[in-house]
Amino acid sequence: MSEPATDAPGLSDAERDELRRHGILLTKIEELVNLGRSKSVWPLQFGLACCAIEMIAASMARFDIARFGSEVFRPSPRQADLLIVSGTVTKKMAPQVVRLWNQMPEPKYCIAMGACAISGGPFKQGYNVLKGIDRFIPVDVYIPGCPPRPEALLHGLIQLQEQIRTAKSSGPKTTRHLRPGDCNYPVPEFGDRDLEPPANPAVWQPPQIVRSEKA
Amino acid sequence: METLEQIRDRLLARFPGAEVTLVTNPGAAAQHSLSLGLAHAAAMALFLRDDAELKLDYCSNVTGVDWPEKEIIESTKVSVPDPAGGPAKIVEQKTKRIQPGSLEVVYHLYSMAKKHGPVIIRLRTANRTDRANVPSLTPVWRSCEFQEREVFDLFGVKFDGHPDLRRILMWDEFTAHPMRKDYVEPDDYEWEPTPHGTVLDKAKAHYPPSALVAAAPAAPAHGAPTHAAPAPKEAPKP
Ligand code: SF4
Repeated sequence: MSEPATDAPGLSDAERDELRRHGILLTKIEELVNLGRSKSVWPLQFGLACCAIEMIAASMARFDIARFGSEVFRPSPRQADLLIVSGTVTKKMAPQVVRLWNQMPEPKYCIAMGACAISGGPFKQGYNVLKGIDRFIPVDVYIPGCPPRPEALLHGLIQLQEQIRTAKSSGPKTTRHLRPGDCNYPVPEFGDRDLEPPANPAVWQPPQIVRSEKA
Repeated sequence: METLEQIRDRLLARFPGAEVTLVTNPGAAAQHSLSLGLAHAAAMALFLRDDAELKLDYCSNVTGVDWPEKEIIESTKVSVPDPAGGPAKIVEQKTKRIQPGSLEVVYHLYSMAKKHGPVIIRLRTANRTDRANVPSLTPVWRSCEFQEREVFDLFGVKFDGHPDLRRILMWDEFTAHPMRKDYVEPDDYEWEPTPHGTVLDKAKAHYPPSALVAAAPAAPAHGAPTHAAPAPKEAPKP
């Protein structure tokens, strides 16, 4: 679905396809930029636990993440576009993960890979595990599984590419990095019992319990 | 290998005045152990390592155990003479006794040279608060270093003579000892679909009844597109 305000006036998608069949390509700078961005998403070379093994498998010859333009795992956050949080985020590790995220240049994207990164997974009841990286940084794609298969990671990457391709540079659906505001996410401190603060209220609110009425 | 009784007797002969007790394990594993008094523990450990018969040169494992304070009720039967002259009555008397708590460190020792083991030794602290000290055995077995740090981190046992006693798993600012039985976890609980047992108790404490939201409107008619997550069947009952 496209935003009427930003589309070329009077031309529907079908008409543009028709024109393309005749050898006339009508496009927008935004679409070209998005296309380029989506085909070269460089992940940060960074693994946290068992899920990282599947991420490594996805990058090797058999699954070959290079088919999707993401084979360049960068060892520096300054050169990376994508943070794959692949594994358990302990509370001791969480500030470092947020710091890495802050050091990545915009536009940047985050994939939470596996049950641990989404919610704490098998360690949800533990005192020392962060119950989901989305408590501190905004997550674009969640990949469930323990661990997710490499195919699932590739599927998540394709979903992300889809999101990038349809990103908007203006209007109500502007992508996150073009919205006004501070793009620095507060790094939690080590408290005497827990992280301080335990979550960033700007990106995460505890879920509400809905009680179903029974007759 | 010598039996634990023989090792105990040799230790007692070598270190007069030392405390060595045999702690039997009534379970199926029957792994009995020697509890060493703290005063001579380091010297006795050195003896166990260097003795020609034992040569326990490898410490494979250091474990902490928390023994919280325990109330023990003992009942004794006393016969009370009847003042009216009848037959004496048997009365059950209950006495309460507080067994003081302590922390314990357990070492599993093997011999690489003699290919035998394990010999299990225990060190027990005087209490769980201000005198939670035991002598460090890191100078005797280098492999104890990180494991003693872990016991210090999670149980709060202080090892006198440890070269580098810092927390190893939790961050330095952390103040509690999570493996102690009276540890209270931080309240970062989040709702999950099927809470039961202790998790249900946590859910109740975290979400007081007033925080519960009334039910969402009835599900849309069949076929209508819905992307909402399936509504939870039942919230934890207060
Ligand atoms: S989700 Fe499962 S496989 Fe992935 S890091 Fe957690 S425990 Fe390991």
